Amino acid sequence: MNGISSGFGAWNPIAWVLLFAGVFAIAALVRSLGRVDSKRNTGQSKVFLSGNDEPADLRGLHVRGDHLYWGMVEGLAGYYRRVRALHTGVITDYVAWFVGVLGLVFVILALVR
Amino acid sequence: MNALTVHAPVLLVAVPLLGAFATPLVGRFGRSARNVFVGSVILFTGALAGLMAAHVFGLGEPLVYVLGGADGFGVPLPSGMQVPVRILFEVDAMSAFMALITALVALAGTWYSFSYWRERSGGDLYHSLLLLLTAGIFGMELTGDMFNFFVFLEVTSIAACGLIGFRVWLKHSQEAGFKVMALYTLSGILVLLAVGLLYGEHGGLNIAYLASRVGGSLVDRIALGLLLTGLAMKAGAVPLHMWAPDAYGEAPAPTSAVLVANSQASLYGLFRILFTLYGATVSVGALGWILIAFALLTIAVGVTMALVQRDIKRLIAYSAVSQIGYMLLGVGVGLAVSVARPEFGRTAMHGGIFHMLNDAACIGLLFLASGAVIRASGTRDLNKMGGLAHRMGWTTGFFLIGALALAGVPPLNGFASKFLIYESSFRLSPILAVIAILASIMLLAVFVKVFQAAFLGPPPDGVTETPTGMLVPMAVLAVAVVLLGLFPGFFIDRLVAPAADALWSGRDIYIRAILGG
Amino acid sequence: MNVGNVPFVVAALLVVLGLYTFLFKRNLIKLVIGISLIETGVNLFLVALGYRTAGIAPIYTLAPAGRMVLPTPQALTLTSIVIGLATTALLLSFAVFVYRHYGTLDAGKIKELQG
Repeated sequence: MNGISSGFGAWNPIAWVLLFAGVFAIAALVRSLGRVDSKRNTGQSKVFLSGNDEPADLRGLHVRGDHLYWGMVEGLAGYYRRVRALHTGVITDYVAWFVGVLGLVFVILALVR
Repeated sequence: MNALTVHAPVLLVAVPLLGAFATPLVGRFGRSARNVFVGSVILFTGALAGLMAAHVFGLGEPLVYVLGGADGFGVPLPSGMQVPVRILFEVDAMSAFMALITALVALAGTWYSFSYWRERSGGDLYHSLLLLLTAGIFGMELTGDMFNFFVFLEVTSIAACGLIGFRVWLKHSQEAGFKVMALYTLSGILVLLAVGLLYGEHGGLNIAYLASRVGGSLVDRIALGLLLTGLAMKAGAVPLHMWAPDAYGEAPAPTSAVLVANSQASLYGLFRILFTLYGATVSVGALGWILIAFALLTIAVGVTMALVQRDIKRLIAYSAVSQIGYMLLGVGVGLAVSVARPEFGRTAMHGGIFHMLNDAACIGLLFLASGAVIRASGTRDLNKMGGLAHRMGWTTGFFLIGALALAGVPPLNGFASKFLIYESSFRLSPILAVIAILASIMLLAVFVKVFQAAFLGPPPDGVTETPTGMLVPMAVLAVAVVLLGLFPGFFIDRLVAPAADALWSGRDIYIRAILGG
Repeated sequence: MNVGNVPFVVAALLVVLGLYTFLFKRNLIKLVIGISLIETGVNLFLVALGYRTAGIAPIYTLAPAGRMVLPTPQALTLTSIVIGLATTALLLSFAVFVYRHYGTLDAGKIKELQG
């Protein structure tokens, strides 16, 4: 109906949404067959920390910004070391990149038909 | 209505320009008067853009507007030859499409900046510069004359740098302002040099006139190289992108959204020059692959640098840079095969052009949301914020929509355009699609990082929901994102396909509209 | 008299000198001077494009007979000079503010926005 198609395949978001709605309906059906006697905000919903109590101040537990993908960044450390070093922040380096790319484009344009 | 539509191309430039210069005067009467004035100017401009777009899409051929001449636009020389000498605006489907994007982003950004500037003074000059930037962007997109394009390019440079360095009490914004202005000026001068070279070689400045005469001579190629590099730098292609995180990061939040429209207008200029001005006179294979090389570098470096940023606005700026790569990839694939004209080239063009609209909406939404986040947490450092989702539900929802859409998660709009780009670039070379898909996944990782750092976690004290004046423009953009995602076929058939076809196969129609049969 | 290609050579020289200054000097004011040199070179190039040998000024009123130089490049150059004025003014004001904040005008030291 309003789907788009490329050479290989097609994509219809309405069909996708309907499919997901169907899946959610099945999930809701299964959920409604479960126990009805669990309550929120009682001891039943407490987090299990291997028998320990929840710490009083939760602020220290928040995994912030840089720490979230630390492993991935460490794995690409060689790449980042070089690429971050290239972003020097000095304006004359920016212009040097510009002139370099300009020269390269001139060479390419001079060589092609 | 008919008179408005006929004069719409020039009114789209004149009304914001006049509004820009009148705003400090109106601002004397108080903040509300200024807000009402600026709001009505930008609303009128947006309505005009929609009207003009409807007219041009229905017309099927470019709309030519002659500034200052109702009696034709040729001046006969003694030899009897007619030379188009007036400044002409030529609005074909691609220009109208870009005008729509600019209108959407400018509306959202201006509306947001009303409540952004409620607690501060100096908003008069800020809104004046914002209207000037909008006028310049419209001028770049609608003009059919190369020198006029240069003039509007410089107008946008000056307005954009004025906005970037607006908060003079901040150290970094001055550094960013100087760097960005120096680079914009350099690229502007080299664009002027290229325009001068083309004028000296062919004797005219009109794009259609030059297109009918340009060949592959040495002077043409030098001009092409200068224009290509200059405009690619203004659009933010790697390795010329290093000004972009400074610019988007240091500008006030609503300005960053309009600066993205500025970069896209430069990208539009690049496409106009490559497809319409030069056509197939210089080897399209080489040009297409130059664009694809830029695109791959941009996609890869943009998203990997985004992962390690600590400042939220610089992070979103790097992801904006990487999305420019997707547009370059789609259109580069289209350019590379535009002589043989296989069907996947047209699909690639559709994907690239559609991504311009999607990216403008998503990145605009993300920058506005980041403004709200910075206001609520008082810091820009991702390592110091947290827990905003507890009290700012709306902002969280809008940020989530924008982030998921940009990362290409179905059923939002980013997926639709990226789907077209993946499938068509795969036909040209599988590596292109592989790098694009991997970068999309990494972009999702980047936004998970931002979401986790800013919104999840224990709630801080004293956080309230964003003011409604800031929420409504975000809501408008979010609704646009969702609608574009749920009905991509409709928007592609009505908006994107005419625009992409105007570039892909509309060169002769463009030339004929001015030079006649 | 026939000037040949001398104006174009001089314009190219100015552009190259300006680019050299922009690339290799460290003082912000010298960078702005470099940009100004490039602008001057391009303006000279534009004016030289319109020159026709032994041409007179392109004014029709009481004009003597003979060839006129092209008027369009002169209009382009005027516009470009004005734009150059605006951009140089903006660049210099940014340089003033940068000096106030950083205390130095050395481009190699003004690199807090990096990475």
